[in-house]
Amino acid sequence: MNARRILDRFWLGLAVAAVVVALAPLGSIIYYVTVRGIAAISWSFLTHNFNQIGNNGGIANALEGTFLVVALASTIGIPVGLLAGVYVSEYATGRSADVIRFLSDVLVGVPSIVTGILVYSAVVISFPTPYNGYTAFAAGIALGLMEIPIIANTTSESLRLVPNSLREASVALGIRKWRTIFLMLANCLGGIMTGILLATSRVAGETAPLLLTALGSTQPFQGLFNSVETMTLFIFQNGTSGTPNLVEQAWGASFVLLVTVLGINIAIKLVTRRRIVFV
Amino acid sequence: MRVCPLCFIRQRSVSVVSTFPTGRGRRSAFADNVFRGLVFLFAALIPLILAAYLFELGSHSIPSINAFGLSFVFGSQWNPPREIFEVLPEILGTLVSSLIAIAIGVPVSLGVAVFLSEISPKGPREIISAIVELLAAVPSIVFGFWGLVILVPQVVRPVEGFLQATLGFIPLFQHAASGYDLFAGGVILAIMIIPYVAAVSRDAMLTVPRSQLEAAYALGGTKSEVIRMAVFGYARSGIIAGVFLGFGRAIGETMAVTLVIGNSLQFTSSLFAPAQTLASLIANNYGETIGTVPVAALIEVGLVLLGLSLLANFGARLILRRFVRRGAQML
Amino acid sequence: MYSEMEGISVETQPDSVSAVNTMSFDAEKHPIVEVRSLNAWYGPQRVISDVSMKFKRNHVTAIIGPSGCGKSTLVRCINRLHELVPNSKLTGNVMLDGVDIYGKQIDVVDVRRRIGMVFQKPNPFPNMSIRDNVVAGLKLAGVRDRKRLDEIAKNALQQAFLWEEVKDKLPNSGASISGGQQQRLCIARALAVEPEVILMDEPCSALDPTATAKIEELITKLSDNYTVIIVTHNMQQASRVADYTAFMYLGKLIEYDETPRMFENPKEELTERYITGKFG
Repeated sequence: MNARRILDRFWLGLAVAAVVVALAPLGSIIYYVTVRGIAAISWSFLTHNFNQIGNNGGIANALEGTFLVVALASTIGIPVGLLAGVYVSEYATGRSADVIRFLSDVLVGVPSIVTGILVYSAVVISFPTPYNGYTAFAAGIALGLMEIPIIANTTSESLRLVPNSLREASVALGIRKWRTIFLMLANCLGGIMTGILLATSRVAGETAPLLLTALGSTQPFQGLFNSVETMTLFIFQNGTSGTPNLVEQAWGASFVLLVTVLGINIAIKLVTRRRIVFV
Repeated sequence: MRVCPLCFIRQRSVSVVSTFPTGRGRRSAFADNVFRGLVFLFAALIPLILAAYLFELGSHSIPSINAFGLSFVFGSQWNPPREIFEVLPEILGTLVSSLIAIAIGVPVSLGVAVFLSEISPKGPREIISAIVELLAAVPSIVFGFWGLVILVPQVVRPVEGFLQATLGFIPLFQHAASGYDLFAGGVILAIMIIPYVAAVSRDAMLTVPRSQLEAAYALGGTKSEVIRMAVFGYARSGIIAGVFLGFGRAIGETMAVTLVIGNSLQFTSSLFAPAQTLASLIANNYGETIGTVPVAALIEVGLVLLGLSLLANFGARLILRRFVRRGAQML
Repeated sequence: MYSEMEGISVETQPDSVSAVNTMSFDAEKHPIVEVRSLNAWYGPQRVISDVSMKFKRNHVTAIIGPSGCGKSTLVRCINRLHELVPNSKLTGNVMLDGVDIYGKQIDVVDVRRRIGMVFQKPNPFPNMSIRDNVVAGLKLAGVRDRKRLDEIAKNALQQAFLWEEVKDKLPNSGASISGGQQQRLCIARALAVEPEVILMDEPCSALDPTATAKIEELITKLSDNYTVIIVTHNMQQASRVADYTAFMYLGKLIEYDETPRMFENPKEELTERYITGKFG
């Protein structure tokens, strides 16, 4: 009996240790990104463009690029995702709702680099432009494709939570289905907005698909059909460069990106109970 | 935010009594149909996109498939100058690094899940769950960068040194351990899959009915024994689904792995040798690929990766579906 | 940091024999379980008020009463399941063979092995086979010997009147059999660890009359070798299977007597009203 007691304490202690092990990397990342990143932050850093030589370089064009590409992505991702989610929740019969939801889940699991390859294959090499087809446009499509299943899933989940009585009341009053649906959406706006926020913050942190679509650039934004720089590409290129000055800038960019992304996620978690892990 | 249905009626100034507003009938029905059409169209995009992946990647790799056939996946030479493209080392790198990720990450995740569902009091449970999930929100390039500069020099290298000192007679551990190798890839993947496996497992464990736990306690079991028998047994399918999902996630991860795996085109039977995965291979070849066959080969790598990832994800989803039908509420 | 008992607070009081309801019959000579001045709470709500009683060895004792009277909680205090509920509290003593099971030195795991429990809704482990279900308690304790486990399983299933029906289905899932069979499986599972006392919390309330009859027959046979304490809301059942019956109301023990005497000639007015169906 003593042995069982001891083993019991051991296993339960192991579970606690697992939690510590799981939380340590997050703590370490936040610590180092903050400590090393803050050193690089300055007004000049935030307002200057990437400079190969390193002096006086900054993340201005990277920031600009990220905003742009994510905005582009959202023009595709939000409408398609929203309405697809509406379909699953409001129009589909049991069987087809299941199928679309299932396929949407599978889409969420497609590696982002494969999405990059898809857009590379369908857009980049098919429409040559000054930079061999690497364009902000293509980047937007790639990230938009990634947003669609995420937003579709969160939308249909949010709509499911709206009580049926509201639907029935609206229809009984003679209100058309599409107006009824707008009513439903208004009722779960919180859930839908957080879903959109999560999807956009998720794609803002992506790098792999951008390697094959946006390529990166040292210039500020030069139009939709030119290559473009993003925060993630900035970190990748400078972080692996080996040049201390550039590496420091990579930490700085990491800091800005991490604070933004984590900030959004923490805010969402505080305001709602939504789970932020996409499965 | 509550919107009163009557507000709509007031805007349209139609009497509440009448259920068929006159004059607006046809216009509204038209709007209804347009909306429905749009909704159907966009929903149809989802299977279409999936089909597009397969079709587009499939058709654009044909030049490469014609050139190399099966040796693409069975051969070991990736040689752009000579235009020979074979990815067996990368396939092995992908599978082995993901397996290492599972081997390290799943036990930790299960420990976390057990803690959250069975040990922790309600208050800390929410907070700790949230912090664990936050790990999933970190951009992968930040993970990779941190791995490159911090994790490998400070953690992986010492661990490898220790393993080599103690178990160095095993071929697995015999290679100059620079730290930027297959093992590091596995470790960083393990960290990245923890939030996924832990979240799914925790949810599965929370569905175990109280009566199951009581049955085990009533037979005379310690808490860990009860967890082993009643919780792991009942939640088994959900946990397995979570593991598959983590595996699928690990297979597809690119940036974090690329920065720590050493990027060698050879696969050696040592964990401490630099390696390459399908994803890191693509990442390393970005921007430089010109020519019909090289481009097709790159796309074919994507196709192989897609295939592997679909297998893992399909498997996971199917298990999850069966589990859901057993009456458990998940996701 | 963590504890097997969540939120429990146990205060043991010095031996005090409650004056209420000492029994006049000879249960006093061989009590196996004795409850002394038991009080129990769920959070701020007191559900058992100062209950004292002795249960006679190798006999069947029924506890009856309307919903919410505390009868289920009482038996859960006896096998120390009550303390697993967060914010639960308990004062008083529960003696097993003269030893207070809430004592500081006592291993709760051992207590629960010696006092088995069958629940209202059958709860076999669905992911385990019938045979594995039966020997689950032994596996928990680390017994590995296959042959021995098989023998014990057969023996327990025979005692539970289930062997003939499932002997060809042993590898099937524990949940694949009918409700009545599942309940007998749970009884076999409880028997396999060789308890001294078997607690039953409304074991037949989820079953049809045929299954119920089988289990009642089983209970009578079990009392040859075990002490059975059965909670039931069905008075006819109590009169069929129980040697002694206790009536509880609003957490208090109202009356406790030999079953025939209790039903034909109840001493308390409350008991009489309950038995004649005037409330509850």
